[in-house]
This record gives sequence, C-alpha cells and structure tokens, in this order.
Amino acid sequence: MSNNPNNWPLWEIFIQSKRGLEHKHVGSLHAADPQMAIENARDVYTRRQEGQSIWVVPAEAISASQPDDAAMLFDPADDKTYRHPTFYTMPEGAKYI
Amino acid sequence: MSQTNALFTYTLRLADDLLILSHRLGEWCGHGPVLEEDIALTNRALDHIGEARNLLTYAGELEGKGRTEDDLAFLRPERQFLNTKLVEQPNGDYAHTIVRSFLFDAYHLPLAEALLKSSDAQLAAIAGKAVKEAQYHLRHSSDWLIRFGDGTEESHQRAQAALDNLWTFTGDLFTQDEVHQAMVKAGVAPDLAKIKAAFDATVDTVLSEATLNRPTDGFMASGGRQGKHGEQLGFILAEMQYLQRAYPGATW
Repeated sequence: MSNNPNNWPLWEIFIQSKRGLEHKHVGSLHAADPQMAIENARDVYTRRQEGQSIWVVPAEAISASQPDDAAMLFDPADDKTYRHPTFYTMPEGAKYI
Repeated sequence: MSQTNALFTYTLRLADDLLILSHRLGEWCGHGPVLEEDIALTNRALDHIGEARNLLTYAGELEGKGRTEDDLAFLRPERQFLNTKLVEQPNGDYAHTIVRSFLFDAYHLPLAEALLKSSDAQLAAIAGKAVKEAQYHLRHSSDWLIRFGDGTEESHQRAQAALDNLWTFTGDLFTQDEVHQAMVKAGVAPDLAKIKAAFDATVDTVLSEATLNRPTDGFMASGGRQGKHGEQLGFILAEMQYLQRAYPGATW
C-alpha cells in the first residue's frame, strides 16, 4: 500500500439520518473503490448513530458552480420576495417542509 | 471443578480474547495506514472492549468475590489470563494485523451465533449484541485480506507470509478441554467441531477469492486457555495495567 492516501480517489459522502428524509452531505474521504468508501464512511461518519443509509459519490463526478459566478447566479433572486411562499400558514406539526 | 467454576473460567476465556485483541488493535490508534482505517480499527477495538466488559462483569458476578470488570482486567497476573495466543501476537505489518483479525473473526462470528442459543441467559444476551458487530468485523477483515491477496505482488506475499506465521495459533481456538466439555454438556457452550466447520468454510472461501494458499496444519501452539502465554502478553499487561498497579484505585 502506498503511504500517500492521496493516491486513492476522493469520495463525497451522503448520510440519510432517518427513513424518508434526504441524504445529506456530511464530508468526504479517500477510498480505493465504492465498497471501501461505504465501509470507511460507516466508520468515519455513522459511529454515533447518525444514519441508516449511506451514499458515496466519486468527488470527480461532481460539477460545481464557480464562485466567480455567484453574483450572476444568485443575486437576481434578492428582490423577488414574491417567490417565497410566505403567504401560507404552516400546518402545525409539519416539521420537514 | 464445579459447574460455576467452569462457567467462570469459560466466561473469562471469552472475555480475555476480546480484551487482549482490543488492546492490540488500540495500539494502531494514531498510526493507521490511512485515517479511515485508523478509525475503523479503533472502532473494532471499542466493539471488542464493549463485549469484554460485559463478559468480565458477568465473570465477576459468577465468581462471587466482589471483583469488578476493572479488577479482572487490570489486576490479574499473566498466568490468569485465558486468551488464546492468536490475539496476543504483535501487530506486525498491516497484513499481520488483518490476518490476525480475520482468523479471529472467522471463529468469533459462528461462536457468537451459537452462543445465542446458550442455556446461559446472560451469555446468550451478550452474544445477541456481539453478532451484528462480528458480522461487520468479518466483512472488514475479509475485504482487506482479499485486497491484499489479490492485489500487488508485494501485498500478496505479505498476506501469505502473515497467514503462514499466524496459522499455528488457530488450532487452540478449537481445543476442547475438560472445562469446555463440561460447558458443552450443560448446553452453555457449542461443540467447537461445529465452529471449526464454519471457520473452515469461511477461510476457504475468502482465501480462494484472495488467491492465497491455506497453510497446512503443522505444529499448533497451545496453552493460552490454561494461562500459558508467550512473552508478548507480559508486555501487553505491563502497558495495560501500569496505571492501576502504580496508582491503585485511580479513577478519572
């Protein structure tokens, strides 16, 4: 085995904390293949009962928006408050909306 | 030997395997080959310690002399430790660590499954928790053994060397002395011939996938179950028990 863990590809880890909820990004780690990534994720990210399902995604498969484009992409939404559903009252007990 | 004495001895044997292996795995803490494996190994160590604690507490109750899990772990001399010699073997390279755990896991999982049906309710309950952990342990060590065996030329050689070195310690896992026979008779412990059959099946499957050769049964080390150990155990206990020996009763 190489001493340099960077020889292993990077994986982004998503954990589902409860059935029905979304898988949330929790971090990343190195592993040689998907199976090892899942086992490593189990040990690194679910030791304190954080989850009941794990997704692993090769980091290189993720395309990200450029920070430089942030103004162009996101600022135009600033003054469009009518897009927010603030005119509805939330039903009591609806936690995950 | 009375039935209670035999049960005490048997429970200590189960406990000491886990306690000593957990100490060995704990030695990797901060030294793992990669961060993820470092955490995986210490996770395993904690699983083993958890099971050992339950067993030691139970052993203390069986003995009835008021000894706690800590008394049994930290204040027993070497000759009273009843672990099999396999688990006290040094970490060596990572192949040795993985093979040692793999051989133990291939024995521990069917043992825990069999103990679910033990006539002793406490041992059955402890096994109930251990089975799930043992399933994961076996998967982890098997995966790595297959990666090493079916990996590069060097990793294959190291895995085969580790297997050849450690194989001599597997015989003792299945030796049934008087104590064990009494436990089998009482329905407490399984017949180790059955555990051996499961062990053999696991070993053969994994080794064939790993393209490794199963060593032939030659000289088999023994004595651990009777408290006769190699020099290695003394060093482990010196480190493990130092604090309680130097500062009796210290807590934090």
